[in-house]
Amino acid sequence: MLGVHLPGLALKNPVMPASGCFAFGKEYGALYDLNVLGALVMKAATLKPRFGNPTPRVAETPDGMLNAIGLQNPGVDQIIADELPRLAAFDLPLIANIAGSEMDDYVRTSEKMSAQPQVAALELNISCPNVKHGGIAFGTVPEVAAELTAKVKAVSQKPVYVKLSPNVTDIVGMAVAVEQAGADGLSLINTLLGMRIDLKTQRPVLANLTGGLSGPAIKPVAIRMVYEVSQKVSIPIIGMGGIENADDVIEFLLAGASAVQVGTANFVNPFVCPDIIAALPDKLEQMGVADINELVGRSWKS
Amino acid sequence: MIQEKMQITAIRGIADQIIEMKLKGTLSNQVTEPGQFVHIKPSGTAQNGTALLRRPISICYTNKEKQELTLIFRRAGIGTEQIAANQPGDKLDVLGPLGHGFPVEAVAPGGSAVLIGGGVGVPPLYGLSQALTARGVTVTHLLGFRSAKDVFYEEAFAALGTTYIFTEDGSRGRQGLVTEPLGELSFDAAYACGPLPMLRAVQQLIVDKPLFLSLEERMGCGIGACLACVVHTINPEDKKGYRRVCCDGPVFRAGEVELC
Repeated sequence: MLGVHLPGLALKNPVMPASGCFAFGKEYGALYDLNVLGALVMKAATLKPRFGNPTPRVAETPDGMLNAIGLQNPGVDQIIADELPRLAAFDLPLIANIAGSEMDDYVRTSEKMSAQPQVAALELNISCPNVKHGGIAFGTVPEVAAELTAKVKAVSQKPVYVKLSPNVTDIVGMAVAVEQAGADGLSLINTLLGMRIDLKTQRPVLANLTGGLSGPAIKPVAIRMVYEVSQKVSIPIIGMGGIENADDVIEFLLAGASAVQVGTANFVNPFVCPDIIAALPDKLEQMGVADINELVGRSWKS
Repeated sequence: MIQEKMQITAIRGIADQIIEMKLKGTLSNQVTEPGQFVHIKPSGTAQNGTALLRRPISICYTNKEKQELTLIFRRAGIGTEQIAANQPGDKLDVLGPLGHGFPVEAVAPGGSAVLIGGGVGVPPLYGLSQALTARGVTVTHLLGFRSAKDVFYEEAFAALGTTYIFTEDGSRGRQGLVTEPLGELSFDAAYACGPLPMLRAVQQLIVDKPLFLSLEERMGCGIGACLACVVHTINPEDKKGYRRVCCDGPVFRAGEVELC
């Protein structure tokens, strides 16, 4: 009923925690059995360790939050050595999120990660708004995104999902460009670039000045982008942006996503992923849907 | 750590914008150290909307027999305004207890400790003082507030040990900084919680005794996953190079992390 099959990913259900909101599963794994998840998307790996940005790194906004963590991670080698062996014990596909500041960083990190037997697929983060070099540029210029996708595809032993930035005027153009470059799937959307200014200090709240907006506030933007992109590409889409409950998951599937990621909501309710997964069967039954895959793109398919 | 709907048994203002709230539930059984905190999902009404994220609030003290936590917080934004608008009988979604608190075993029974607090950094020192005095430790409290209208728990602290109140404007207690008497006091260990400038000053003055500092930082998840609340370690040889205030702290031994 809930099973979904995507390139490289045999998912028990279409719900997975989003990269950067779940670290490497240790903290949430102390609260519940991670095996209930459809998959686990690891925090972004870069070639070299990164400490990330100064604090404050987060700020709340109406129905959302800004973050500028800055891709803090111990580097791909350390992640392979310390995190993958522990995660291998779980019966769930692992998606390795890859970030970088130079094209060569992405390629080398992807090569290393995709060679790990525990890793089922890569998610190419070409949309992080919080790093000074790269990231955003890779995600806003279709030709650059396509070139990067092709280079990573050339070295990757696993399917490659490209996580797109919503901070573009033509999301369909970006999606089509990476599809043509060989992407196996898309993740939509990353955070929207935003800012908050403190009335007392009269300065931006975040030390990084700007940050990525996430949470329920961005859901309509994400839904619109999934709706538009899914009609123009033939590769599957993993949808995300403000998902808090089973209804939100259904909405993303109707828009054209084949699976979903849950991000900010984990901070509000640490059990949100298992809660959503548990709620989905009843939801489908109420809708008279026997197989969750039937819902994909129903909002635009006649 | 558990997630529980805890019931508010009492809620009242005890100083200007300072709320004391008591929460009942089994979560209180899991508190192991003074200085731990809870992560509360704001519910209730506020003038300018509703908050999405949880609010980290330090535990003032725990009454395990009554299964009750006492929290003291400042109403200073949408989230805390929402929480403060609740009434006895209302329930709040609480995640906790979280973090590592103050090590009371740093002072042997019969020894002495000085507790230094500023503003809303004062509350967790009360539970710490209870735990230390129960251990047979003599405590001295140095508590700083902006003004007389901001002072709370003066008598409660005084019942546990010598208490000096400081205000910036001299409207209550002594005028000046909590750090002023430090040179004249003798003690085996010190504990501090308050604004960063205060913690920095304390760390400069107490160099030859164990000193434990409780830090505050904006948090996301509260359990160590999101890396919003990280601080650099001071030791350049440290393998990780950082600590998470929410789960490695909020209490650190002085010299472990940078105060910036």
